[in-house]
Amino acid sequence: MTTTAETIGPPRTSVGALGWLKRNLFSPWYNALLSLISVWLIYSVGGQTVQWALTARWEVITSNLRLFMVGSFPPDQVWRVWLVVTLASLLAGMSGGIGGRTARNIVFSLAASFGLFGVLSLAGGGYEWHFANVLAIGAGYLLTRGRAQWGRWVALAWLLAFFLTLFILYGIEKNEWLPLIGTDRWGGLLLTFLLSIVGIVFSFPLGVLLALGRRSRMPMISLFSTLYIEIVRGVPLVTVLFIAQIMVPLFLPEEMRLDRIMRAMAGVTLFAAAYMAENVRGGLQAVPSGQVEAAHALGLSDTLVTVFIVLPQALRVVIPPIVSLFIGLFKDTTLVAIVGLLDLLAVGKSVLAQPEFLGLQKEVYVFVAGVFFIFCYVMSYASYRLEIALGVGKR
Amino acid sequence: MSSIAKESKDIIICQDVHKWFDRLHVLKGINLTVKQGEVLVIFGPSGSGKSTFIRTINRLEEHQRGTIIVDGIELTHDVRNIHAIRTEIGMVFQSFNLFPHLTVLQNISLAPMWVRKWSRDKAEQIATDLLKRVGIPEQAHKYPAQLSGGQQQRVAIARALAMQPKIMLFDEPTSALDPEMIKEVLDVMTELAKSGMTMLCVTHEMGFANAVAHRMVFFDQGQLIEQGTPQQIFENPQQERTKMFLSQILH
Repeated sequence: MTTTAETIGPPRTSVGALGWLKRNLFSPWYNALLSLISVWLIYSVGGQTVQWALTARWEVITSNLRLFMVGSFPPDQVWRVWLVVTLASLLAGMSGGIGGRTARNIVFSLAASFGLFGVLSLAGGGYEWHFANVLAIGAGYLLTRGRAQWGRWVALAWLLAFFLTLFILYGIEKNEWLPLIGTDRWGGLLLTFLLSIVGIVFSFPLGVLLALGRRSRMPMISLFSTLYIEIVRGVPLVTVLFIAQIMVPLFLPEEMRLDRIMRAMAGVTLFAAAYMAENVRGGLQAVPSGQVEAAHALGLSDTLVTVFIVLPQALRVVIPPIVSLFIGLFKDTTLVAIVGLLDLLAVGKSVLAQPEFLGLQKEVYVFVAGVFFIFCYVMSYASYRLEIALGVGKR
Repeated sequence: MSSIAKESKDIIICQDVHKWFDRLHVLKGINLTVKQGEVLVIFGPSGSGKSTFIRTINRLEEHQRGTIIVDGIELTHDVRNIHAIRTEIGMVFQSFNLFPHLTVLQNISLAPMWVRKWSRDKAEQIATDLLKRVGIPEQAHKYPAQLSGGQQQRVAIARALAMQPKIMLFDEPTSALDPEMIKEVLDVMTELAKSGMTMLCVTHEMGFANAVAHRMVFFDQGQLIEQGTPQQIFENPQQERTKMFLSQILH
């Protein structure tokens, strides 16, 4: 007679919510003590925070909202910024339609935020753009849902939109519809965003090239890449920004004057590229030599091996440090205030200098910190999910 | 074992091949000629230079003295020659070295598309046919990490064959495999040998050598010590070192 092992369920470790509480929060006795102290801390700190938030004079934010968002961008031309945001909303919706759960979560949260802002501003007016953005996201989402093969076109559209954005904001000289708006009028969150996005978009390829250059077999290329990376990494960003503002114009011919914001963008980009290069180099080292050998044995040239075999694997490994770098870059753009540019933080300071808002530091800085936190958290969340999604093909 | 025609041309000619790693002399004057369609099994103790030797044939390792001529082209520093030769030589590694970020189908069709410049349709058709030939057509859209070791090595063989090479190099293809997976890889290699492919196999699978090799080559300490048909090597080895080594691995 054969006997088969009887299968039984796992032991019951929890008896409902109370059992969980008892096991995790109240045993043994020192855990219970910790739990009580935590509850007291949350109550006292949280309570005071909520109390403050409810009584704070938030009108300093609401009445200066335009300043915070776009700085001294001409009010009658703000529609150009809105147009750009709507364009971005459309593309975000399209990405959400193609992407997985993460992209969908982010895009739906974005749409919900616009919806909320729209409802909040129903009374005061100016709600049209908010609802237009919700519609743009919805339209983009419906357009690409179930069409994953459009992925590369949407990516290309994002890149085109980036340059289109710069064009829409900058305008054309002596044009009735799209008058030129000098970059010295760009400010607030708009400037923070433009500095970071330009920094991210341009430092990424530059950093990859520098990393490859540092590993190049050609000694001169390797030497110059290494020199560049080490020098830039050995200097604080503030110094780079000052050099970009003051020194660079001295070297350029008279007719090649870059304006202040472009100089700051160049400074941020060149600075970030050096760090990017070191991150990417870490990834390059993580690719086993057997991968390169196998690709060479198939007759692939060095360029093809780099593009198809080495870089895709190297960049996948360094997603977390690259996103950390982007988050750092986004926050470091506040340093441009030192060379006289009005980014989000600097606008906050200038608002506090107005007589009617004196002494409202808490409100202003909490608001600025909150805005930074939201965008950094979204980047962090997206990168975490991206890592998991890309883990599919891992060894 | 099929016999190989006498008038078959010499496809690999190695004369006095030397190689150093820094000051370590790892190949000490190898002379070897391989005819088209010949199946060679190279064996010997670890560190004898057998892997390094077959890696010089597609220049994954550079030789520092002597000449290597493959399919009428001499291996020099000329990059075009190296690419031309690598296109004609397929290689299978001990550790598979499949590209982990690409699916099985992409692994196989990448080089045909970008080196041979075939259309995607043609490359994928060839890849699909090869997957059938190595017995795993249903795995085409999986990633390497989702396959067993034996399946990965069969994909690696298909990937090398997709370039339609004239020569195949095998560098200990079954050494990293569990025993029950060795046979599935050897079956594919046996079928390939019978189809008339020129093959150089570094392996200690003596059953495989006995069944399909035209010639066996024994390496020790960077030198080619002895060569002959499997019958000569197994039944009547001439050199003491060959006898010693065979007695150790055959028990």
